[in-house]
Amino acid sequence: MIIINCPFCGPRDHSEFGYGGDASIDYPALDAPMDEWHDAIFLRENICGMQAETWHHVNGCRMWLIVERDTMTHEIKSVRPAHGGNAAVLENVAEGGES
Amino acid sequence: MNRYSAWAVFKNGLSGHRGWTRQWRDPEPKKAYDIVIVGAGLHGLATAYYLAKNHGLRNIAVLEKGWLGGGNAGRNTTIVRSNYMMPGNREFYEHSLKLWENLSHDLNYNVMFSQRYHVTLLHSPAARDAAARRYNTMRLTGSDGELWDLATLKAEIPHLNYNNARFPITGAAVQKRAGNARHDAIAWGYARAADSLGVDIIQNCEVTGVTRNGGEVSALETSRGTIAAKKVGFAVAGNSSRLWQMAGLGRLPIESHKLQAFVSEPLKPLLDHVVVFGVGGAHFYISQSDKGGMVFGGDLDWYKSYAQRGNLPMVQDVAECATSIMPCLGRVRLLRHWAGVMDMSMDGSPFICKTSLKNLYLNAGWNYGGFKASPASGWYFADLIANDRPDPVIENHDLERFRRGVNIDERGAGPDPKLHG
Amino acid sequence: MSAQRLQSGGRIDRQQRIEFNWDGRSLRGYAGDSLASALLASNETVLGRSFKYHRPRGIMSAGVEESGAMVTIGRGARRDPNVKATMQELYQGLHASGQNAWPNVRYDVGAVNSLFGRFFAAGFYYKTFMGLPPFEWGSKGTGLWMKYEKIIRKAAGMGAASREPDPDVYDHAHGFCDVLVVGSGPAGLQAALTAAKAGMEVWLVEQDCLLGGDLLNLADEKTEKKRLELIAELEQAGVRMMTRTTAFGLYDNGIAGLLERVTDHLAAAPAHLPRQRFWTLRARHTIVASGAMERGMAFGNNDRPGIMNVAAGRTYLNRYAVRAGQQVVVATNNDSAYDSAADLAAAGAKVCLLDARTRIGSNMLDIAGAANISLHTGSVPLNARGLPAVNGIDVAAAAGDGWAFESRLNCDLLLVSGGWSPVVHLMSHRGVKPVWDAEQACFIAPPIEEPIHVAGSAAGIWNTDACFDSGKSVGARVVKALGGKARARAMPEVGGWANPIRPVYEVRVDGRKTKAIVDPQHDVTADDVRLAHREGFVSVEHLKRYTTLGMATDGGKVGNIIGLALMAEAIGTEIPNVGTTTFRPPYTPVAIGALKGRNVDEHFRPLRRTPMHDWNLQQGATMTMAGLWHRPWYFARSGETINEAYVRETETTRATVGLCDVTSLGKIAIQGPDATELLNRVYTNPFAKLPIGKARYGIMLRDDGMVMDDGTTWRLSETDYFMTTTTAHAAKVMVWLEELLQTRWQDLRVHVTSVSEQWAGSAVAGPKAREVLSACVEDADVMSSDNFPFMGVIETTLKGGIPCRIARISFSGELAYEAYVPSDYAPAMMDLLWPEAQKHDGCLYGLEALGAMRIEKGHVTGAELDGRVSIDDAGLGKMANPDKLFIGKAMRNRPELLREDRPRLVGIKPVDTGQTFNAGSILCASNKVSGLGEGWITAVTHSPAMGHWIGIGFIAGGHQAWEGKTLVAADPVRKGNINVEIISPHMYDPSGEKMYG
Repeated sequence: MIIINCPFCGPRDHSEFGYGGDASIDYPALDAPMDEWHDAIFLRENICGMQAETWHHVNGCRMWLIVERDTMTHEIKSVRPAHGGNAAVLENVAEGGES
Repeated sequence: MNRYSAWAVFKNGLSGHRGWTRQWRDPEPKKAYDIVIVGAGLHGLATAYYLAKNHGLRNIAVLEKGWLGGGNAGRNTTIVRSNYMMPGNREFYEHSLKLWENLSHDLNYNVMFSQRYHVTLLHSPAARDAAARRYNTMRLTGSDGELWDLATLKAEIPHLNYNNARFPITGAAVQKRAGNARHDAIAWGYARAADSLGVDIIQNCEVTGVTRNGGEVSALETSRGTIAAKKVGFAVAGNSSRLWQMAGLGRLPIESHKLQAFVSEPLKPLLDHVVVFGVGGAHFYISQSDKGGMVFGGDLDWYKSYAQRGNLPMVQDVAECATSIMPCLGRVRLLRHWAGVMDMSMDGSPFICKTSLKNLYLNAGWNYGGFKASPASGWYFADLIANDRPDPVIENHDLERFRRGVNIDERGAGPDPKLHG
Repeated sequence: MSAQRLQSGGRIDRQQRIEFNWDGRSLRGYAGDSLASALLASNETVLGRSFKYHRPRGIMSAGVEESGAMVTIGRGARRDPNVKATMQELYQGLHASGQNAWPNVRYDVGAVNSLFGRFFAAGFYYKTFMGLPPFEWGSKGTGLWMKYEKIIRKAAGMGAASREPDPDVYDHAHGFCDVLVVGSGPAGLQAALTAAKAGMEVWLVEQDCLLGGDLLNLADEKTEKKRLELIAELEQAGVRMMTRTTAFGLYDNGIAGLLERVTDHLAAAPAHLPRQRFWTLRARHTIVASGAMERGMAFGNNDRPGIMNVAAGRTYLNRYAVRAGQQVVVATNNDSAYDSAADLAAAGAKVCLLDARTRIGSNMLDIAGAANISLHTGSVPLNARGLPAVNGIDVAAAAGDGWAFESRLNCDLLLVSGGWSPVVHLMSHRGVKPVWDAEQACFIAPPIEEPIHVAGSAAGIWNTDACFDSGKSVGARVVKALGGKARARAMPEVGGWANPIRPVYEVRVDGRKTKAIVDPQHDVTADDVRLAHREGFVSVEHLKRYTTLGMATDGGKVGNIIGLALMAEAIGTEIPNVGTTTFRPPYTPVAIGALKGRNVDEHFRPLRRTPMHDWNLQQGATMTMAGLWHRPWYFARSGETINEAYVRETETTRATVGLCDVTSLGKIAIQGPDATELLNRVYTNPFAKLPIGKARYGIMLRDDGMVMDDGTTWRLSETDYFMTTTTAHAAKVMVWLEELLQTRWQDLRVHVTSVSEQWAGSAVAGPKAREVLSACVEDADVMSSDNFPFMGVIETTLKGGIPCRIARISFSGELAYEAYVPSDYAPAMMDLLWPEAQKHDGCLYGLEALGAMRIEKGHVTGAELDGRVSIDDAGLGKMANPDKLFIGKAMRNRPELLREDRPRLVGIKPVDTGQTFNAGSILCASNKVSGLGEGWITAVTHSPAMGHWIGIGFIAGGHQAWEGKTLVAADPVRKGNINVEIISPHMYDPSGEKMYG
């Protein structure tokens, strides 16, 4: 089991989450040419080692997260919300500010 | 090569088995070869064998970072079938099955291919229609396939769960020529046969770099020195992306995922067929090895991984599937579980193709299908390397197919590698 | 063998006699016995037969590594094959029998295999059974092999499993702790106590039924007192102590899999208890104190009944009060056997000790002398004599580098110690490669980066006192790592014997042919290992696979090291150069039942029922599966078949009105200022100008341009939409929208909420649909055609004040509505709608009629939109708006997807309209009924409207390419071929008059 420390829910088994994919993929604009889309959709760095990837807390808060995880050892380095706004809110809460 | 036969076994038995010799040599790598295949798994070994046998080529090396057959060759659930229907796949896997049928004779090595029927359970009229399309396609293209009704299935396999299954079993789609085999024997059989045709199988020889001369590969840097090659083939499923990047070629349409496999304690015959179960998001397959172990598996662990070990959620899921279709398995004990690293491709189908480097050829992206595919994979890859052009059967098994709009997607799962189990 | 139960001592309760059945005979033991100890005390010597040669086998150990006494326990549906008698606690009425033998393990016809054993060397089956013997004649096919295979399969396997459903119940449980301690020997007890005293939450798991590990086998009172004190202290410190619990695997992030055997030791299990419990334990730190295992040596007939490891001899003596033999030879190459030999001598056995070492320190000599043991140094067993059980041995003495036959000794028990192997399995599960310690002749796990620690003999520490110390040391280390306070202690050094071990793996004398077993379960011999070497299978992984060494149910616990040593010798290298084996989980085999828990049978997957499920059943619905849902399939009137029912339902709906439960459709609330923009991007058709109070059918594509899903989306207000998805893709679409909003389009201010559970829906379809709904709403005006045009949406109230949202949309092709109410009101809505529908002679219809009507209309469902179909293939290309951007737009235009000869959606009818045909048929040109075909049929139905069977499907080039031509719908797997024609998929009311009317 991999345990993912969801920033909203706390540490949870990975079976609560859905695996997304490589978080480094920059999806092109909707009007981008086919080749750009091709590369984004079909090609993968496929890193063996630490990679940023998306996970969805599908049986939890339903937040998409960006997890830095080693694909060989499964060690997790960091977890943060994929949505920048959510991340900012969390930081604000952590600092004792108004959310 | 000592020819293997009952007579040879008898004769050697009398002499304390001192007459058997190495099944393959352990040669020092030469400085250069005409063709170097990287990866002495099933695909690499089969490729070398067919390069020698079908194309008369001799100056061939197969490089292996560990021991031959040490990757997915020995980690799979040994199922052989050809129930594929997409153009390209259909012909390819059928050819593979035909090669399987004579493989023991061809290699003079008993790979124990047991054509014990591949039985896919059906649970609904819609599933039956979908299976009909697949099995009709198989029949029309010269393969075998049939649909069983419930009564036939019950007579063949009486101890499945016909009583209180969440998804009642209504029948099965069956390929009788399909079955299972002794996985390690294929690797050894190909290795021995290739070796006897002069192929150098060089174990403990890890490729550490790919030397390019412009648009060509000139040599491979290895843990055992530089090896020059006129042509190079990669066949390193699970690690294709790493080797690809070593060659400076960027990204592949592949993600590495791990797939677990399971074996029970050995039992007297309990199941005579390969049985496959897939409904309600479940995916499960089981057969019994000749040694008596129940060999089974399920889905990927669902997250990208290069680790050859699995985690518990999928163990549970597979156990649930097992007992849901065969309730007597509850008391059967799991002996071992392990995992292999799969090249999961973007449409669930492989790549056997030329590359942007003139003399580099790629064999990768086997998803779940690698074991059964190995004879045809070697056959067509050898043909590709020898003739520098793809056979029409593998015309669309290239890296550019997605750009063209060809998805060889048996499951219709789309460009998400983890969904192509 | 002449084993004897002692009059006193041991941990058995002589007051509690236990009757059990072995192979049809009634025997007796005591409470506290294992099945093995009770059989031993009853002088049952042959308890099993080996895998290949059917050699007689008896008890070889007292633990999980047992490879001789493998028996079948229980009967009927509760038959358990391959149970290690050493691990089975005795209970009243236990029923055990021998296996892999006929007629029984004592007189086994299969033993004839032994005569041919010389031909059954490792891997012989790869070399034959291909064709006709002797030269493997015939060069085609698998026919002959499969005949051989049948016989081979019957001979292989060990025990026979029951074919009946397992009647027992198993539980899954979850736990969390600071420290998991695996093993309750001296190191484990002490480590647990150290951690618990520092305030940590500690779980201590022990596979045995008693705590203490090796302490249980020591006879002295001082040790027992200390054991009891420690347990009392642990209890006081709040340690959770779980006996009969095996930590069978270590997984990522500190997860341990535990198997707790709850009732396997009970004669009659209380009904409320599960047979076993599978725990997923999440531990912050894990201390592995799993002990070490004694290994044997390879010598002639070393697998004979009456030969076991030295520790087992001591365990049976001290724990079970069974002296396993009267005339005992103890053979060792290390110090550990001396105490055991002394215990046996003290218990009245005549003991002769062979020590492979020529020089031994005085301390050992003193032990032997004090116990009156006859000691032969520089001596080893060469060959065991006697059949079926050992009655003597040939002894070899050191001669130069090797051994030479010296003498013969009589004995009825031979105990062997070839050294100790720390149990590194759990570390191996973490991918750790153990390191060879040549001095101790064993593999030891190196430190790893995970919070997993090794203590006691599992770390290669041999002395009991040092094991206690190592427990303290590791316990303190863990406490500190967890931020607690503990006094750091030095870790004792590896080893600890007074005299160094002399590694002896095999005893062999040139010219003497013996069968030395390395892996008893798989009958792998020393010669097999050498054969593997000769044939080039030199790496440990090849050795394992070629000879099957270590692949049996002990997982290589017994034979691996010897196998490696023999291979190293054959190659002429050291053991570590051969490689280390990777042990896979589980440590000991785990019942699949325990892993499955309770998610089986009806509970294998959740069953989803709509809020009007019961209502449907009351109306006589026959249900069918739709994914996880149960949905009405048809509503048969008495005597009706399914075909009659759906045809009637279709006709009735088209003639008057029909009601259909559509609750299972996915429903998503899409809200926020940018909701319109989101919809506009995910659907191919524009939503920017959708007026409030209108619905629109939309298609969404995947990134790669293929169709993902379709459905209608209703605009409720400026910022509020109600999206419906297909039943099959409800969850997937929800996840997709969340992903888009949270990752790609973070600037969009939209909230998506799944409301599938909140709303229940019914389709009201047919010419009388408006009348029915008008009679049910509080304000009939809202239903008038002017107020409620095609694709209109209203939010209104049904009679009785039921809030309701209705859209005028049609899947059937009739004037039709979908009405949704909050789920709790579903039966109430149906109770309003149904009487009104009945007034018009309406009907309820199920999925079959729904399917028939949609086929008539050429509407697509999952059967068509199978993930390989583009929007153009589905004939819906005009819904992809060229003037706006949407997901999949770029990829949709890839060249192959634009080919004219792509398979396109069409209608299909039989040429002879009296004929029926099947979905799944392949459409072939009439002159070429073979190959991949031109297309396929996805769905068929009898069309009441057209009066014959129709279908939809795909064909290369579509309707235009095949218009007027006859094709063959080939269906070899069912009923052969029929001639068909291709027609437009819009077969019923193509102009849509009825729908719009």
